[in-house]
Amino acid sequence: MSDHEYTPKSKVGKWFNDRLPLLTLANHLTDYPTPKNLNYWWTFGGILTFCLITQIITGIVLGMHYVAHADLAFQSVEHIMRDVNYGWLIRYVHANGASMFFLAVYIHIFRSLYYGSYKSPREVIWIIGMLIYFLMMATAFMGYVLPWGQMSFWGATVITNLFSAIPLVGESITNWLWGGYSVDNPTLTRFFSLHYLFPFLILGLVVLHIWALHVPGNNNPIGIDIKKPSKDTVPFHPYIVIKDAFALLIFLLIFAFFVFFSPNILGHADNYIEANPLVTPAHIVPEWYLLPFYAILRSVPDKLLGVIAMFAAIFVLVILPWLDTSKVRSTVFRPIYKQFYWFLVADVLILGYVGAMPAEGLYLLIARVATAYYFAHFLIILPFLGMKEKTTPLPLSITEPVLGGSTDMAMARNNSDFKDKL
Amino acid sequence: MKIFLKFTFLFVIISSLILSRANAAGEQQELLKVDWSFKSFFGKFDRASLQRGYQVYTEVCASCHSLKHLSYRNLAEKGGPEFTELEAKAIASNFEVTDGPNSDGEMFERPAKLSDKFVMPYANVQEAIAANGGAYPPDMSVLVKARGGGANYIYSVLMGYDEPPAGMELDDGVYYNKYMYGNKIKMASPLDDDIVEYSDGTKATVDQMAKDVTTFLQWTAEPHLEARHKLGFRVIIYLSVLTILVYFSMKKIWSRIETKV
Repeated sequence: MSDHEYTPKSKVGKWFNDRLPLLTLANHLTDYPTPKNLNYWWTFGGILTFCLITQIITGIVLGMHYVAHADLAFQSVEHIMRDVNYGWLIRYVHANGASMFFLAVYIHIFRSLYYGSYKSPREVIWIIGMLIYFLMMATAFMGYVLPWGQMSFWGATVITNLFSAIPLVGESITNWLWGGYSVDNPTLTRFFSLHYLFPFLILGLVVLHIWALHVPGNNNPIGIDIKKPSKDTVPFHPYIVIKDAFALLIFLLIFAFFVFFSPNILGHADNYIEANPLVTPAHIVPEWYLLPFYAILRSVPDKLLGVIAMFAAIFVLVILPWLDTSKVRSTVFRPIYKQFYWFLVADVLILGYVGAMPAEGLYLLIARVATAYYFAHFLIILPFLGMKEKTTPLPLSITEPVLGGSTDMAMARNNSDFKDKL
Repeated sequence: MKIFLKFTFLFVIISSLILSRANAAGEQQELLKVDWSFKSFFGKFDRASLQRGYQVYTEVCASCHSLKHLSYRNLAEKGGPEFTELEAKAIASNFEVTDGPNSDGEMFERPAKLSDKFVMPYANVQEAIAANGGAYPPDMSVLVKARGGGANYIYSVLMGYDEPPAGMELDDGVYYNKYMYGNKIKMASPLDDDIVEYSDGTKATVDQMAKDVTTFLQWTAEPHLEARHKLGFRVIIYLSVLTILVYFSMKKIWSRIETKV
């Protein structure tokens, strides 16, 4: 927050601002002091906002032409692809937009993991972020059901069936979710309704996410607290705005490549076959962004425990600020954690890979080891590492990269080139 | 430069995921590969091939396979076979559709118009299954997109009929196909040399017909493919120029302070 009180220059502006301080808010957002050493991994917040808005706008247009009915949904999607003006563009942007959204959110989450952005005082930002991520998965899953192709139908069947694992009330819950005794028209219509609702819940949470961010201000690549505003910060506008715009454009180039030249590569061919409750596809695979969780689900032999493990995989992320006991935020100063961080990245990629494979033989074994490691990382490695690890000395500020409290000048000099490393 | 390394890293992640997807669909005979005219960045359909492909579809496939998402008007639209409107009208008028009810409350038959959907060979799925020995001839509108391997897969299946390997028992009405999932197919080899007579003088070999009809089915699955490629090219150019401009603006703005971007 800037330290000066803002007063609009014009009389009208002042009159309005005294009644609703929108101009003060706009002034806060443009002046917002941002650490000047933020690297490009920090641009994904803006990119994600763009993704959400894109999904909402394209989704609203699609909703004008889509028919949520088991007999008509598939046909209405084809109607959009063929007869609606630029319907193919809107649908391909929406479908690939979901994948790009998840790509960006995974980068955003792993950036937070690398630089310790979830640590005090930013726990609430992190938890809201995890809620957003969870709602995103629910929204994406329900959106994938709407075209009513084979993968839509069978994906919905597999996922909703998970709830039947709950003891005693499982079956009733599943029937309640379905609105009947199998995935059918009532399931489709409620999924459509919720798929339309959830993005606006996400939007509300995004506002809270940014609000919570603006209380302590951004973390930064060296993870130290900085004075705001100071020599270490730049105003959000124009410095961060132009940098975010540049990164967004690079992102859009990749996005456009998918939309225009490979629009179906991230989807499954079977979803262009109309849903048929009598024919089960050879492999039922969720969209790529859910694969790591799918792998965790299938790696546990017991259905109920598998479901618990899958939800626990998300829950350990929620409580991460209290699992990681290290006071040092940035991985730059945590040599041992740095290695474990990359192990985790590899572990999640491996989980994603085996999630796409049949759950048998070697794949199942790999999935089990990777699942065990995933939980070990958060529940064993992080708590103990924080207590044992010897971190390298932290600089006092971004502009003055010198050691705090250490007399070892050699280390100070070695460390002073950290700016190039970031 | 570092940013490019970072985005390369992203690409590695994406492609590893795509590869894992492709592998999941794999585990069968490697498909025949054709250098399709519509594949590349500027890819367009071969207009003559689309028209020939339509002929193969009508004379060979249409007796069992529907194209229920297409209308006759599509045949005259830009980016497709581009028959003239008169030709498309003439094609449509060869088919009878049920319309009505008229003012007497009666349904009646009339020749199809451009606005009508393609007439289906069977009244319903059950009739189609009953007429084809228990196998449903799939609707072909989006068939190319509904099969892993796409156009190459359709072409390969059409070319993949062969004698079954020794020891493989086939029931009546089941045929061996190298590229079909499980190698068994209930459709007899649909193409034979000169089964159709092309009006443009092209020799109707099995290979030629398979290519033509696959091209046609790629169009039925992606009728706006040409518009997509064209617009995509413009979007990429526009974004690239804008990216460069924004990059230099960013450099200029950040030059006011010491920190590099």
